[in-house]
Amino acid sequence: MNSGNTMQINGQNLPFQEGMTILDVARLHNIFIPTMCHLPGAPPTGACRLCVVEVQGARNLAAACVTPAQRDMQINTESPRVVNSRRLTLQLLLAVGEHDCLLCPSSGQCVLQDLAYRYQVNPKRFAPRTVMHRTEAVNPFILRDFSKCVLCGRCVQACCDIQVNDAISHAYRGIKSKIAAAGDRPLKESDCVFCGECMQACPVGSIIPVESRQSPRIWETHKVKTTCGYCGVGCQMYLHHRDGVLYRVEGDIQSPPNYGSLCVKGRFGFRFVNSSSRLQTPLVRENGSLRPAGWQEALDRVHERLDSIRQSHGPDALGILASARTTNEDSYVAQKFARAVLGTNNIDHCARL
Amino acid sequence: MAGLARVLGSGAMTNSISDIEKAHVLLVTGSNTTETHPVLAAAIKRAVKHRGAKLIVVDPRRIKLTRFAHIWLRQNPGTDTAWINCLLHVIINEDMLDQEFVDNRTRGLDRLREHVSRYTPEYAAGITGIPPEKLVQTARMYARAPAAAILYTMGITQHTSGTGNVMALADLAMLCGNLGIPGGGVNPLRGQNNVQGACDMGALPDVYSGYQKVAVPENRDKMARAWNVKSLPHKPGLKLTGMLAGSGEDAVKALYVIGENPVLSDPDVQHTRQALQNLEFLVVQDIFLTETASMADVVLPACSFAEKDGTFTNTERRVQRVRQAIDPLGESRPDWIIIRDLGSRFGHPMPYRSSQDIMQEIASVTPSYAGIDYLRLEKKGLQWPCTHQEHPGTPILHSREFASGRAEFQCVDYTPPAEKIDADYPLWLTTGRSLYHYHTGSMTRKVRGLNTLERECCLEISPQDAQEAGLNDQDRVSVRSRRGEISTRVRISPAAVPGTVFIPFHFAEAAANVLTNPALDPVAGVPEYKVCAVYIERKQETG
Ligand code: SF4
Ligand code: SF4
Ligand code: SF4
Ligand code: FES
Repeated sequence: MNSGNTMQINGQNLPFQEGMTILDVARLHNIFIPTMCHLPGAPPTGACRLCVVEVQGARNLAAACVTPAQRDMQINTESPRVVNSRRLTLQLLLAVGEHDCLLCPSSGQCVLQDLAYRYQVNPKRFAPRTVMHRTEAVNPFILRDFSKCVLCGRCVQACCDIQVNDAISHAYRGIKSKIAAAGDRPLKESDCVFCGECMQACPVGSIIPVESRQSPRIWETHKVKTTCGYCGVGCQMYLHHRDGVLYRVEGDIQSPPNYGSLCVKGRFGFRFVNSSSRLQTPLVRENGSLRPAGWQEALDRVHERLDSIRQSHGPDALGILASARTTNEDSYVAQKFARAVLGTNNIDHCARL
Repeated sequence: MAGLARVLGSGAMTNSISDIEKAHVLLVTGSNTTETHPVLAAAIKRAVKHRGAKLIVVDPRRIKLTRFAHIWLRQNPGTDTAWINCLLHVIINEDMLDQEFVDNRTRGLDRLREHVSRYTPEYAAGITGIPPEKLVQTARMYARAPAAAILYTMGITQHTSGTGNVMALADLAMLCGNLGIPGGGVNPLRGQNNVQGACDMGALPDVYSGYQKVAVPENRDKMARAWNVKSLPHKPGLKLTGMLAGSGEDAVKALYVIGENPVLSDPDVQHTRQALQNLEFLVVQDIFLTETASMADVVLPACSFAEKDGTFTNTERRVQRVRQAIDPLGESRPDWIIIRDLGSRFGHPMPYRSSQDIMQEIASVTPSYAGIDYLRLEKKGLQWPCTHQEHPGTPILHSREFASGRAEFQCVDYTPPAEKIDADYPLWLTTGRSLYHYHTGSMTRKVRGLNTLERECCLEISPQDAQEAGLNDQDRVSVRSRRGEISTRVRISPAAVPGTVFIPFHFAEAAANVLTNPALDPVAGVPEYKVCAVYIERKQETG
């Protein structure tokens, strides 16, 4: 690379640029270093120490997410010392709270579970602490189960540094430590706007969708990347679905313009799709009221009426109101239909905003 | 976005969303961004919190962004041109303009100087209610920033003077050289997900896709060839408001409404209902039986975004993929398939097999989309203009020159709002969005959780006005304008300015647009949703 800086990770010589951390360099070259508290886009806190690596010549292990890469550094990401340290850290985290994966809605998408498996950590080595704080489930979207919180602080950063809603922060000290809204009140009585950024950031099962247990497990759903259908920001998101039903929406952390962020509508406003009041068949008016009809009949009726009005009053007696919500392809075909098929430029959309 | 197009040759956001975090100063006006564009608002807040950007908010309401603002101006409703002209005045007077930019890229500075000379801070203060020293302070903050971005939404455009407001903002950016640079620009934030795309695609009465005018014979010939027809109509069509103008000789007799709910979204609901009733034939294509659909002669069930493929173009001109996740519900079909199948019945087959086929045709007839195809969109969206297959897209417009060469200062005059408050209608009413709902609510109000957080339409009123009218929080009131009356609850809120009340427009049962004013901006055809005069009275509770 242009700056000519290189360092060594696990014996491999790797180029890097000024300002990168060890973690940045490793990720750039697809070298695995586990992380938990590190949240892209927010200032690093170095809180969890799961990302430690061995730097040759240094007395202590270094947290890769906060340590700047330096020329000629020699790093080992999985030395016995590193692995021992990570195992100890994991054991302590598992001891904080009730990490019973069998009953946890986040099983299959949990950093703690993945790492405990990878490093073969037995959760039973420390006696679990008794749970200090009751679960909060009084709002329609987000459930907070404090028994699983490892106090990594990602949710606080998501809320205060990424979305800048400043709704939650670290509260209390010692074993009473908790992530709480002002005055330790429920989210719905706080500045929370239910963007769900904290939920997406939580590496364990401590902040989860209220309807988790009524939804399929994460490995039972398929996900498709798409664009939010609500506002003009156009956030990139994944829809998780099974058997024709949407269950969950997740921001795509890789893509502009939102890099993972969503708002309450994008993240939680998807139930209209499977709503029982969706129109299921065409309807035609008969004797003053609408009745279900087949496509053939409905389209024939539309054709016949538009055509006859055009015959008697000319094409400019017809108009199309296209939509600011449908796709470009839909709008393009609609204006082509108005102009080339009906023969009128009477086409507009509702919100000229 | 007619105002912006007139000055700069394009009516879209000049810069990108990521530019917000590069600006030194952000001027946000007429935009309750944290509610209407929450994720973009997060970028504004991050710019202030992490990058030391200065934020200027111009909005009568105590919107959430004011918490982050360094300067907050509360203008009287409908007086935007006056404060903008005043900033222009101060900047010229104190010689803070970007001389190089003005010399090389604009025209008409002398006229502008002359035009704004009477908008002294004192004069503007008299109209806007903003203290003169704050206007001066704002002008200095904006003009002295190396890069300053202007962001606005419908608060600016939904006035009879909307087009003028936007042109005045463009004058401001031009005067300070804030165009064509990272972190600068004049940036309209489009409301609905694909307003930008609907405009780009030519769902407008006077242009084909890519803003190619129907009045230009070469454009008609080109499109006629591409579409395989002998000729195309040359007379620009009616705007929505014209189509709904009701009776008369040249009135529209049949309307085909796709995915919209004009009964709720248009100002003056009575009038809209009447106009729809007068039609000989109404077809509505939607995903729900909306208020408009229930008036139709034929209703066609469409698919939601989760059931189809295609693209949306976001507010920063980024064309992005929409991908099908689930099968169409019931017998619903994607809009383009329904229209295609109607085309065949008229003897005009459109042999598209997929939305991708349509995009190929779009690219072939639309210069600004010529380089866009699904393969390229697979990884990441592309910002138009994207004129050929290797073109990387355009994050910042006008970086070298304007479509028209030089941009002309527009010199817009202040015109008072079409409606006035008086003894009978003593309060201003403004309308807008709320965070938990969207547009006419046909989607969000089917989501239980969103309804729990905000169940009912509330009229937001300042503590002073409430006291004067003898109202308590949650009282039921009737709100009367010169056009109609609705009933709603009041929410006493410090966010409201004395003299002005606010209603979100998502709720069918208290359609705020019963009250609003259909007086039109003469250029853009945008109705004046934002200001109208009302009278409020407590109602006796009936169970
Ligand atoms: S949902 Fe959003 S606002 Fe609420 S606590 Fe989480 S991050 Fe903060
Ligand atoms: S709730 Fe989740 S993200 Fe927040 S501190 Fe606890 S474990 Fe970390
Ligand atoms: S997630 Fe929210 S901010 Fe993003 S596009 Fe959807 S509605 Fe807009
Ligand atoms: S990920 Fe580096 S300290 Fe937590």
